[in-house]
Amino acid sequence: MSAYNFAYLDEQTKRMIRRAILKGLAIPGYQVPFASREMPMPYGWGTGGVQVSAATLTPEDTLKVIDQGADDTTNAVSLRKFFERTAGVPTTEETTKATVIQTRHRIPEVELGEDQILVYQVPIPEPLRFLEPRETETRKMHSLEEYGLMHVKLYEDISQHGAIATSYAYPVKVAGRYVMDPSPIPKFDNPKMEMAAIQLFGAGREQRIYAVPPYTQVVSLDFDDYPFEPTKADHPCDLCGAEDSYLDEVIMDDAGTRMFVCSDADYCRSRRDTGHTVTAIGGTV
Amino acid sequence: MYVATKGGERAIENAHAWLAEERRGDPDVAELGLEQIQQQLSLAVTRVMAEGSLYDPDLAALAIKQARGDLIEAIFLIRAYRTTLPRFGLTNPVETADMACDRRISATFKDAPGGQVLGPTFDYTHRLLDFKLAADGDVPDAPRADPRMEPTPHITTFLQREDIIQPEPGSDETPGDLTREPMAFPADRDIRLQSLARGDEGFLLGMAYSTQRGYARTHAFVGELRIGKVPVEMEIPELGFAIEIGEIDLTECETINQFNGSKTQPPQFTRGYGLVFGQSERKAIAVALVDRALRWRELGEDNLGAPAQDEEFVLSHCDNIQATGFLEHIKLPHYVDFQAELELVRKLRRETMGDPQEAAE
Repeated sequence: MSAYNFAYLDEQTKRMIRRAILKGLAIPGYQVPFASREMPMPYGWGTGGVQVSAATLTPEDTLKVIDQGADDTTNAVSLRKFFERTAGVPTTEETTKATVIQTRHRIPEVELGEDQILVYQVPIPEPLRFLEPRETETRKMHSLEEYGLMHVKLYEDISQHGAIATSYAYPVKVAGRYVMDPSPIPKFDNPKMEMAAIQLFGAGREQRIYAVPPYTQVVSLDFDDYPFEPTKADHPCDLCGAEDSYLDEVIMDDAGTRMFVCSDADYCRSRRDTGHTVTAIGGTV
Repeated sequence: MYVATKGGERAIENAHAWLAEERRGDPDVAELGLEQIQQQLSLAVTRVMAEGSLYDPDLAALAIKQARGDLIEAIFLIRAYRTTLPRFGLTNPVETADMACDRRISATFKDAPGGQVLGPTFDYTHRLLDFKLAADGDVPDAPRADPRMEPTPHITTFLQREDIIQPEPGSDETPGDLTREPMAFPADRDIRLQSLARGDEGFLLGMAYSTQRGYARTHAFVGELRIGKVPVEMEIPELGFAIEIGEIDLTECETINQFNGSKTQPPQFTRGYGLVFGQSERKAIAVALVDRALRWRELGEDNLGAPAQDEEFVLSHCDNIQATGFLEHIKLPHYVDFQAELELVRKLRRETMGDPQEAAE
């Protein structure tokens, strides 16, 4: 792969992306337009995250790539391989050993530290998009801090369903100013976003980058009488017994027997490696 | 017993190997050469060049072969390659008035300087399957004549002299580059035309067709359609003057649209414009119609709320590489989001239906 620069992108492009990242960090939650490049994987496969990771990686970094919390999902394998080939950086499945973690749809269960960067792949960066399809309008709404429409939507949810009917990509307000889409992570992960690590969000097709600096206030939108509630399946993990991790539901047989396992594969494995087990698998029908 | 699935890497490698085998097909059948694709599937090649935004017939033929004839996949290969290429500079604008035309027709004047030249068109073929072609592709030589040497000025220049068509003011400004700057709305016409030129032929065909059927009708006449070669010139700083660096095939369509005038404009004809790599009349005409529909604001027309008038709608959705990527990405794993939805729907059902057992009693 010597025909390509370190981490695939040319230095000019990386400089342009780094400028966008720095601007994003300076204005937490603000969507910075950037001249997203066509990448050798399709839009929707994480081209935004890949560009942000490529601009962030140095030869000294250790990279971890997860999709749905797991290192071995096909696209996580494919993206990790892409950086192994184009950047030659060491990769790891261990969350604590990674300096850059590219993720799709999850935040790892273990707390991230100051020496880590979490890069999110983002499909639709605009939290107001499904309320107002026009970019010209939503940009205006952000600049005027006009978020009434979002509160009306949440209110209508409550009046119709008795609860806020958003379970992932649950909108947050960052540093008291911008309403931001946290990418399609389950709302279970939202409280983790006030963290020590840098969080960068890349949306390739939509040409936007945004960021949450370390130790920045991230508030999930709610009402005093209907407070935000992070939820998960009401089970322990059937492999490691964890009660505090987000779970995937797996269908076991034709009768529809279910089992619940940690979505964060590294978290589950490291718990089992340190002796946490479940003696009998309690499948539920 | 559930075991977390491993081996995604091996599965991917095996899938790629199988894909390569499928692409090759039966090894007893002769392999397709790039020259064959370039020569005999030339309209596929030009579509890939146009929507891939890269004029290189060799690479386009390779992309078509690699993509097993899936043209959007081939366009994607070309785009991904194009974005890695260094920029040496900008060429001078091509002069389509000096085009060496293979084809040039006007639907608005029976004859005009430069003449009506049909060229290699499907237009008047009868669409009957040629079973002889299945067995034997030999063709007799087409009759030849001396090329017309007189200049072939644009049809609209004649209307312009009469001041009966809206003028297009010239500009020496360097046009924007949508591959280097993020798209912002409202977009200027240079960016709009760039976006349409690389836009999906099928999408633009549908949009243009919708204007003909009354969703922001623009009463378009094909003032002129021309296909042929133009030289590409570039200023070389070391030389201090422009030299020809090659030539490209282009299709150019200029429509003449009826216009009754508006609050700001007198009654006069207006224009739509489409310019596409290679021979691609359907695309060039479609671009011209959509371009004209998008000009409603500039011409002081009413916004009728038609899709083809909506710049944000058209430009945000005409790129087939963006569209196919986002469309197809929903086949990637979404376990986590779906799990969150499962929990939510179960919870809402419990709350609205009450305890199911209690209800049964």
